[in-house]
Amino acid sequence: MTVQTGIQPISAARRAKDRLVQVLVYLAFALAVIPLLSVLWLVVKNGIGRLDMEFLTHSMRNIGARDAGGGAYHAIIGTLEQVLLASLIAVPIGLLTAVYLVEYGEGGRLSRIISFFVDVMTGVPSVVSGLFVLAFWILVLGMPFSGFAGALALSILMMPVVVRSAEEMLRLVPRELREASYALGVPKWRTIVKVVLPTAFTGIVTGVMLAVARVAGETAPLLLTVFITDSINNDPFNGPQMGLPLYVFDQAGRPTDTAINRAWTGALTLILIVMLLNLVARLITWWRSPARRR
Amino acid sequence: MAKQIEVAGLDAYYGSHKAIEGISMTIEPRSVTAFIGPSGCGKSTFLRTLNRMHEVIPGARVEGKVRLEDQDLYGADVDPVSVRRTIGMVFQRPNPFPTMSIFDNVAAGLRLNGRHSRSELDGIVEESLKGANLWNEVKDRLNKPGAGLSGGQQQRLCIARAIAVRPQVLLMDEPCSALDPISTLAIEDLISQLKQDYTIVIVTHNMQQAARVSDKTAFFNLAAQGQPGKLVEMDETSKIFTNPAEKATEDYITGRFG
Repeated sequence: MTVQTGIQPISAARRAKDRLVQVLVYLAFALAVIPLLSVLWLVVKNGIGRLDMEFLTHSMRNIGARDAGGGAYHAIIGTLEQVLLASLIAVPIGLLTAVYLVEYGEGGRLSRIISFFVDVMTGVPSVVSGLFVLAFWILVLGMPFSGFAGALALSILMMPVVVRSAEEMLRLVPRELREASYALGVPKWRTIVKVVLPTAFTGIVTGVMLAVARVAGETAPLLLTVFITDSINNDPFNGPQMGLPLYVFDQAGRPTDTAINRAWTGALTLILIVMLLNLVARLITWWRSPARRR
Repeated sequence: MAKQIEVAGLDAYYGSHKAIEGISMTIEPRSVTAFIGPSGCGKSTFLRTLNRMHEVIPGARVEGKVRLEDQDLYGADVDPVSVRRTIGMVFQRPNPFPTMSIFDNVAAGLRLNGRHSRSELDGIVEESLKGANLWNEVKDRLNKPGAGLSGGQQQRLCIARAIAVRPQVLLMDEPCSALDPISTLAIEDLISQLKQDYTIVIVTHNMQQAARVSDKTAFFNLAAQGQPGKLVEMDETSKIFTNPAEKATEDYITGRFG
């Protein structure tokens, strides 16, 4: 066999391998998109029929088992309040934890322990967080079922997501920027507040939105903490509330077509709300991005 | 406002690794002092010990004395933040704050350190940008992001940012190594102007640059890989480049090694 030197044409085998892998990659992409599109298509097709003003402005109070009509206003209010409260709890705690891990922990023992427990929390099934709040907040402390109890359960699920995504984003902020700030005689905490966090802002907002999207659709923890109601309850701190996932769960379990249709529309509304929140987040990050001012 | 720096018996460590050992020197006010030497000999590390930037790296520590006039910078009750306010620094790679406009970048050091009225800031920003020879190029787009400037402009922006806080000393860590010759010339001109008001210390790999801009030159070297870097000699730049006392210095500047 002669030793080959110099520039060679691409061999047929490599061409074939290249093609094969290309096809596989496209195929994997198509496989991943098919379920997504089909879910979206089903929800829109079945849910669009009842997506009307009545649905968005009325509750299920005094709607009999076979009655048409009714709506999810109480569930929409509930979901918005619960997710907002959960975010108010989880985002500051998660963000501060991430700041500690990146800026102060320096790979020390405490930060490794925190990191470990954040990983553990990521793996906690959502039912367990609901059970925890039920057992601790409602049964031991004797608090009532409420939207806030649900928000507590959701915040447990949100926190690790916020910590992990914020941590990633803070680590992406170049060391040189921190040093530039220190070299100007800026204390560390001001450097974090004025330089590090603004630089990572866009990524942190995206991470928070992912966390919101994750918990907005959670049913199990709400079932154990918020309970279920057909009436409007604007007060998240007192008495059973509704949430869109609960609403879908409740309606889908009823034996009439009108209820099943309401469930589809509830699911569609939930998707729309999450999309809308995402859009708002995009707008905020676009408005804040330096590219806009260029 | 320029002050003298006196260093005595300074060692710096990264964890258990000793990076530089036993460095003593005097840096004169209103002059440019250049540090030269092969890569890894501790020039940058030494520079960063002068404004207590070395210790921001986890595990890094310093032993020995650094005095600014009659103040011990490593004294027990000295706030490192105030040291850095007094001794400014320009880095190898231009690093403007990406979220801030040109104006905000220059004003950053002042704004982040306390309140200043808008008119006061306007004055200082203009003065600093003029001091960094950048004013004419950016005066019409002060509210555009600093990251949109060219590399050379960004570096001058960083110099403007550093002198806006009115330091006594300006440390420059290879400020031209990422720049083209024209931007380098602009910065060197700037250094010659700035030395009328500041004490300037510059680390450079470019021997011609050291010869062009500095009054005194210090040559650093390390005995072997893994050994701590040491100061070989320090003298008038003209003497170092024409008639150095040490053989190693001569070998280095004539390109025989390094």
